[in-house]
Amino acid sequence: MIRSIEFYIDMIFVTAKVWILDLLSRFLPDWMVVFASIVISSVVILCLGPVIMMYLTLLERKLIGRIQNRYGPNRVGKWGLLQPIADGIKMFTKEDIVPANADKIVHLLAPIVIVVPALMVFLVVPFGERMTAVNLNIGLLYFIAVSSVTVLPIFMGSWASRNKYSLLGGMRTAAQMISYEIPMTLAVVPAIMMSQSLSTNTIVLAQVGDYDLHWFIFTPWGIVGFIVFFLCATAECNRPPFDLPEAESELVAGFHTEYSGMKFALFYMAEYMNTFTLCGIAATLFLGGWQGPFLPSWLWFFGKTFVLICVMIWFRGTFPRFRVDHLMGFAWKFLLPLTLVNILLTALWQFTSDLEAWFWSILVLGISLWILVKLNRTFVPEKRKYLLVD
Amino acid sequence: MEILNWMAKFGTYAVMAGILIFALGVVTLRNLFHCALCLAAALIGTAVIYVVLQAEYLAAIQILLYVGAVVTLIIFAIMLTEHLAETTIRQNNSQSPLAIAGLLGFVALLTALILKTPWPITQTALKAKVSVMGLGKALMGAYAFPFEVISIILIAALIGTVVIAKKDDPEERS
Repeated sequence: MIRSIEFYIDMIFVTAKVWILDLLSRFLPDWMVVFASIVISSVVILCLGPVIMMYLTLLERKLIGRIQNRYGPNRVGKWGLLQPIADGIKMFTKEDIVPANADKIVHLLAPIVIVVPALMVFLVVPFGERMTAVNLNIGLLYFIAVSSVTVLPIFMGSWASRNKYSLLGGMRTAAQMISYEIPMTLAVVPAIMMSQSLSTNTIVLAQVGDYDLHWFIFTPWGIVGFIVFFLCATAECNRPPFDLPEAESELVAGFHTEYSGMKFALFYMAEYMNTFTLCGIAATLFLGGWQGPFLPSWLWFFGKTFVLICVMIWFRGTFPRFRVDHLMGFAWKFLLPLTLVNILLTALWQFTSDLEAWFWSILVLGISLWILVKLNRTFVPEKRKYLLVD
Repeated sequence: MEILNWMAKFGTYAVMAGILIFALGVVTLRNLFHCALCLAAALIGTAVIYVVLQAEYLAAIQILLYVGAVVTLIIFAIMLTEHLAETTIRQNNSQSPLAIAGLLGFVALLTALILKTPWPITQTALKAKVSVMGLGKALMGAYAFPFEVISIILIAALIGTVVIAKKDDPEERS
């Protein structure tokens, strides 16, 4: 049966893959076709990841430039579009400096190991209507587990460099990342509760509704959950304002001080791929994933992720950096209790009806936010009184 | 498709061998940080075996808790200790043959125990799938009391940590 043209454009990537597999099954044995199916998905992700990262760096430089009232890079190619390629060539041809006292194996392994979880998360991101690479039924738990492995190569990188600044930066980065993982995980729990499943595809399908008003962000717990998740995602990617561990004025460059050339490029790539996947997951969980009225589903997904990435870049151009004790205090003393209150709000939403639920939610939220802000007063030391001798 | 089964078996045995090699690395390597990394690799290998045995939930939890938290804690402890950048001197003493003999005896005992236990391999057990919903219902239903006891133990551990790590109050200022 002939469907509408929108359906065909929507399914263009799935159709392409099925067509290639069909072609291959003519002259390859069965088991090789299974392999080919896996290889096609992997190759697409392995090409998509770095290309997204490259153009994300260009986007960031241009947007930050515009915020700072200047053009970004615009010499290399029209609008600077070839700038990432020039950057790539530069990274490839730089000299690879390893400190004399460094632990050579671990120094080499750290940038390699950090890219692996960043790429593995692409497997459960639902890019379009039937375009999740692997439709795991524990998709979200897989995402959280694999993201938590990212802490290990940071330790490896900072330790192997045999550098005080690296060590200090690495410990701060690791402490920040494990602290912000907990509110991130708890902020995701309401979405799981309301869609009754851990699979990312099912969570998107649970937000199907009339005129897209059933997105989780249009509920009280959804707003709070989205904001908490987004802030924790910004902290997990070590992006400003949470970038104390890798800021130039603080710790030279934190855990990647002693890395140059391709190894630094791998660290950089892991950070930007993490940014993309975390924004993608935020769009999936709270903003309705690939749903939208007229355009194909993958275009909606990329659009929503793009908007969230632009917000992250906007944060970078606007906010000053957190101090380290404020950073930790924010995660443990503010975001964590807020996520626990959020779970309570979700349960409230489940058991009461619409308008009444909004009223009670705003009441509970208002009271808890007021309490949390009062309890999180920054410490102001009292002024000393100096008696002047006349 | 037979070849896929064969490849899966080969892969599983390779991962198992990898786990054993990394576990050997944990106890024999000289640099303590390398030992911690080998531990992380062995735990990830265990998670892979869980996936092969169709317990994906357990594999994800293994990676989240062990590699993400326990190994992180071990590495923090290593990093906060001084003088670990140099390799440690290998310890030799005259008791190692006796220790190895005792260890082999223990391994023999364990193997005999594992082979003789009547494991309940029934059809229902083989077809069982862990569902998150089933786990949740069990935790809130049948196992509610152990759940509460575990949370009390966690709170006790947290309070104990805070008490130990707190600085002593300064003496009364005169």
